[in-house]
Amino acid sequence: MTPLTMAKALNAGLRRALEADPKVVLAGEDIGKLGGVFRVTEGLQKDFGEHRVIDSPLAESGIVGTAVGMALRGYRPVCEIQFDGFVYPAFDQIVSQVAKFHYRSQGKLRVPLVIRIPFGGGIGAVEHHSESPEAYFAHTPGLKVVACSNPADAYWMIQQAVASDDPVIFFEPKRRYHEKGEVDESAAPPPLHSSRVLREGRDLTLVAYGPMVRTCLDSAAAAAEEGRELEVIDLRTLSPLDLGPVITSVQKTGHLVTVQEAPLTLGLGAEIAARVSEQCFFSLEAPVLRVAGFDMPYPPSRMEDEYLPDLDRVLDMVDRSLAY
Amino acid sequence: MSDASGAGHSALGLTSGEQGGPDEDVDLVQLLTPEGLRVDHPTYAFTGDDLDIRGFYRDMVLTRRIDAEATALQRQGELGIWASCLGQEAAQVGSGRALANQDVVFPTYREHGVAWCLGVEPLSLLGLFRGVDMGSWDPATTRLQLYTIVIGAQTLHAVGYAMGLERDGLVGTGDDTRDAAVIGYLGDGATSQGDVSEAMVFASSYNAPIVFLCQNNQWAISEPIERQSRIPLYQRARGFGFPGVRVDGNDVLAVHAVTTEALERAHSGNGPTFIEAYTYRMGAHTTSDDPTKYRLADELEHWRLKDPIERVRAYLSRTGSADAGFFNEVDAEATELARDLRAGCLALPEPSLLDQFDHVYVDKTPDLAEQQATYAEYLDPFEAAPEPAEAQR
Repeated sequence: MTPLTMAKALNAGLRRALEADPKVVLAGEDIGKLGGVFRVTEGLQKDFGEHRVIDSPLAESGIVGTAVGMALRGYRPVCEIQFDGFVYPAFDQIVSQVAKFHYRSQGKLRVPLVIRIPFGGGIGAVEHHSESPEAYFAHTPGLKVVACSNPADAYWMIQQAVASDDPVIFFEPKRRYHEKGEVDESAAPPPLHSSRVLREGRDLTLVAYGPMVRTCLDSAAAAAEEGRELEVIDLRTLSPLDLGPVITSVQKTGHLVTVQEAPLTLGLGAEIAARVSEQCFFSLEAPVLRVAGFDMPYPPSRMEDEYLPDLDRVLDMVDRSLAY
Repeated sequence: MSDASGAGHSALGLTSGEQGGPDEDVDLVQLLTPEGLRVDHPTYAFTGDDLDIRGFYRDMVLTRRIDAEATALQRQGELGIWASCLGQEAAQVGSGRALANQDVVFPTYREHGVAWCLGVEPLSLLGLFRGVDMGSWDPATTRLQLYTIVIGAQTLHAVGYAMGLERDGLVGTGDDTRDAAVIGYLGDGATSQGDVSEAMVFASSYNAPIVFLCQNNQWAISEPIERQSRIPLYQRARGFGFPGVRVDGNDVLAVHAVTTEALERAHSGNGPTFIEAYTYRMGAHTTSDDPTKYRLADELEHWRLKDPIERVRAYLSRTGSADAGFFNEVDAEATELARDLRAGCLALPEPSLLDQFDHVYVDKTPDLAEQQATYAEYLDPFEAAPEPAEAQR
């Protein structure tokens, strides 16, 4: 067991993926000599060469579109989109091309690529650097979407995503890049598309993914001091969803609050609420409530602490749920 | 070939009077005139013989027949839509026949002649337009990737594939049976797409073994080439750092010669080439389009005189390389091909939505499997129910 930051854990995971399969290539802006703006790929070009760790021209559609071509040639490209807000120029390639190749070829073609996207706010950045675009991709058949929340998951999930024969959009909570956690490189990881209960509790279920998992764990710790036991579930996989543990939990607690940074309307929380309402109708003691970003563009950074769901907003929603 | 230094042209390639229009005045590689006369070009020569030219003639006549039959099938309601390649047969056959056995093609949705050259079963081109599939040929064995509808998107795939060839050590080995390249097809309208610019940047930056084959058929649905570009399209290549050349797209010999040289450049590790095959879309954009609303009949007449097939027929007749027997034989083959195509189209099985769930992912998700099972259960009572007529009896 080694304590690693999430950025270092991702780096180690990518290194293992590059070592394990010569067809794995990385591509993105500034990922070579610089090691990426968050240093996630630091040292990899030096060790694996410019042919496998590719500094791309500044063109996101080009990065993803050429990765499709390489995948058709038998490679397993891992694309880095520098920031969440820069993925949109590649939207057509991701949604119309990457997502549909296997389907439109009736299974003859595979494009096993990974698109890594540092996402979410909380780092005091300028606009377009703090967004949470996961719902667009989770809404697109043909893509698989995951979000890691801690270094151990980051280490394993990136390797599992690279090994996936389906394209994976891989969200990394950038404000957690430098938080440390234990990474057991010899442990057997859970399946990529599985959610996990991180803290048990009998009073209410909190569901989150990516950067909000830490927020929910902190909220549960605070609630415990007031004698409330909150169960915290890390979704990890956004498409497909793995709601089995959530259903089981809600059948026990009767209360569910979802937490996301992304804007409220039609976000992941909405889908979870719909499914839990259907499957736990007789267990629910309150409607499913959602804590989320507001339905506005991500604000200038001096207001982001107010915009982002935090411990207080989570606990306020917990109070409202338990008051039913 | 005009090289990256732009020799032989003014800096911007603008014609006198600053017209700048991407017109026919700029020099065009031509080896066979519309009258069917062979002419020399200082840089390019057709290296095949008259037997090859007879083969090109056959390819073009059969391509045109496939195209005409598909148009007829659409008119009769058997296809939802058809994108005709009428008038572009030389651009497609000339380039398609220049491909080495290991080269790969990324097409738009109009490359029926290229598909023919690669041995793709013509019937499999119809599925997309009939609405039963999205292309059923196997890209791995035919070397023709699936048709791409989103304009220009395939050029990036083509470049990425070419980058893969280079990483596989299949470029510049000096072995003709090994060195491989990609042709990415596109149209004049596509040159305005960001993806095409990005494809040219990536191709140049990584010196990828690719040929961009742009069929400038003068029209992007209703928009003339002047709306896409103020300079001849081939000159854009220079700005990206690789050679561009304009070829008479209705001259199958010139297209073959220019494409062969471009592929050789790519094979040997000398990077990309942009070919502008100057041609004309003789038909509508698709069967849903009405070109009489935006272009003049005179223009069509002007291009009819440059027909790609007639000039080859004139050449073969004049030189005695083919006689009436040969032409009749090709016509008979075309008739038979069309008959088979029609019969095959009518016999295409109806697709089943229930099967479509199986192709969304390599590893089907539990959610999707559940949706599929639920839908199958929903369908069950309908399938088990007796036909209304039977029920009455």
